[in-house]
Amino acid sequence: MIAFTARRGAMLLVALLVSSFVIFASLDLAPGDPLSTLSGGRTLPPETVAQLQADYNLDDPFLSRYVSWLGGAVQGDLGTSIRFRQPVGTLIGDRIGVTLGLVAYASLLIVLFGVGLGVLAGLRKGWLDTSILVTSTVFAAVPSFVMAIVLLSIFAVNLGWFPALGAGDGLIDGIKHLTLPAIALAASAGAIVVRVTRVSVRSEMGREHVQTAVSRGIPSSLVVRRHVLRNAAIPVTTVVGVTITSLIALSAVIERAFGLNGLGQALVEAALSKDLAVVQGIALVMVAAFVLSNAIVDLLYSVLDPRVALGSRAS
Amino acid sequence: MSTPATVVVRGARVRGRLTRRAGAGNRVAIACGVVLGLAALVAIFGPLLAPHDPNESNLANAYVGPVAGHPLGFDAQGRDLLSRLLEGARSAMLGPALVVLISVACGATLAIVAAWRGGWVDSAISTVLDIVFAFPAILLAILAAAVFGAGLTAPTIALAIAYTPYVARVLRGAALRERAREYVAASEVQGLPAWRICARHLVPNLAPLIVAQATLLFGYAMVDFAAVSYVGLGVQPPQADWGVMVATGQSGVLQGYPMESLAAGLCLVVVVVAVNLLGERLAQRDSEVSR
Repeated sequence: MIAFTARRGAMLLVALLVSSFVIFASLDLAPGDPLSTLSGGRTLPPETVAQLQADYNLDDPFLSRYVSWLGGAVQGDLGTSIRFRQPVGTLIGDRIGVTLGLVAYASLLIVLFGVGLGVLAGLRKGWLDTSILVTSTVFAAVPSFVMAIVLLSIFAVNLGWFPALGAGDGLIDGIKHLTLPAIALAASAGAIVVRVTRVSVRSEMGREHVQTAVSRGIPSSLVVRRHVLRNAAIPVTTVVGVTITSLIALSAVIERAFGLNGLGQALVEAALSKDLAVVQGIALVMVAAFVLSNAIVDLLYSVLDPRVALGSRAS
Repeated sequence: MSTPATVVVRGARVRGRLTRRAGAGNRVAIACGVVLGLAALVAIFGPLLAPHDPNESNLANAYVGPVAGHPLGFDAQGRDLLSRLLEGARSAMLGPALVVLISVACGATLAIVAAWRGGWVDSAISTVLDIVFAFPAILLAILAAAVFGAGLTAPTIALAIAYTPYVARVLRGAALRERAREYVAASEVQGLPAWRICARHLVPNLAPLIVAQATLLFGYAMVDFAAVSYVGLGVQPPQADWGVMVATGQSGVLQGYPMESLAAGLCLVVVVVAVNLLGERLAQRDSEVSR
């Protein structure tokens, strides 16, 4: 277990290093002069040019620029945004709360409803199972931004139950503002969780040890809890982890749909206006979060199923 | 006395149910195929089918609902919605089709090379794929659009790169199993060159799995591609495209005229549902056959 954790940690560091390199190198890949890319094609006053030259060490060779950028990034210094006129670190700090809240809210919905409905459909055959299966098949195919439009149209514009745009102030107002975005973000990922949970519960129900337990007269609630759900939890944890991880990048689309001032919205705005320092900074944060949560899912998986860690030691 | 009879009856009933289920599955698959065939026809001939010029705007018709000759009404700029939907099918499906083509070609090649050579080649390829895995597809597409400019090209290539590891992982496992088969060893003993064994025997045997993977991938690619266009980094307005139309229709949604966004969204959902169901069916059949 310790060896597995150590190896996973080493892989995590390598992945972070390589992805940071890719993100940094993308600025150099950009066609044209990096200075004009940074300025977005605008003519800059000479003092700004000198400032940018110094900020990005544009006269240094590529590798040393990467090292100094990475050194700065580790200390929270990611350069300055030209569009937003503030340090990228501050910009990220101001907006990360909305994104974290949105992703956390959506994750909660996925765990509660995705796993809950999946278990329900897996345990009870019949019309309930069929209707959950059909609904989740359709929901899984609805792009999150289309779901956002449908929710906006029904619950914000026609019924007026929820506000349409913005993140709101304070806890209660914030939850009210984030409810529709969180549902839109969670819907299609949650539908996939429902399907996987249903299949794994159903296949555990058919296993021999479960049938043995049932035939020995053990109460069905006990069989479900001890034998079915425990074993079904292994694939379910993986798919929940993977889908929640995928929400990090998808939040950009939803924040744009609901006009939320989060990281993703800033990323898209910066990409549209070619503010590459911001794009780099936010991409770095998102990839780091993505890689880190993938590693956590792997670790969780090995806790639930010790064969994973053993298998990796044997190979 | 009665026990054997019951067993036989039950066995027959189970078999009957199984074939009936397979029949229903085939009907669903055929229905999906029909939907996709229609969608492909619209993608190819859409501009010819469009009853009006999709870019002709008449502000006097802004947000006018369905009228004779305009079954879906008009958008915010008074352009005919049905014509724009028909026109938009092309970019909404051509982009994802390119993504699938590129990523399946790259993924299959990498998987077969990795499985065939094994050793350090395999671990090198797997390591590179693991690193690409660290980038969510949407994020890579946004990054590419930021660096190379918004449009069709950069997001298409970025999504293709992001999907390659998914294809390669599945196919590598299958290629490894196929590599261990006796007919491969027999061909090697006969002195056939490796590329020829791969091209003539390995790829045809992997083809059903490749097709199933490509179908499933097309669904994901359509959603991600439309999302990139929706946030404004893919297909650029005023060109008609389903993802773009969901975005341009959003101001209408807030004013109580949701037709443009919902119609474009519905087109996306219908095609993606059909693709997903068909892909699942193909993958299921492949796993049944290989079992």
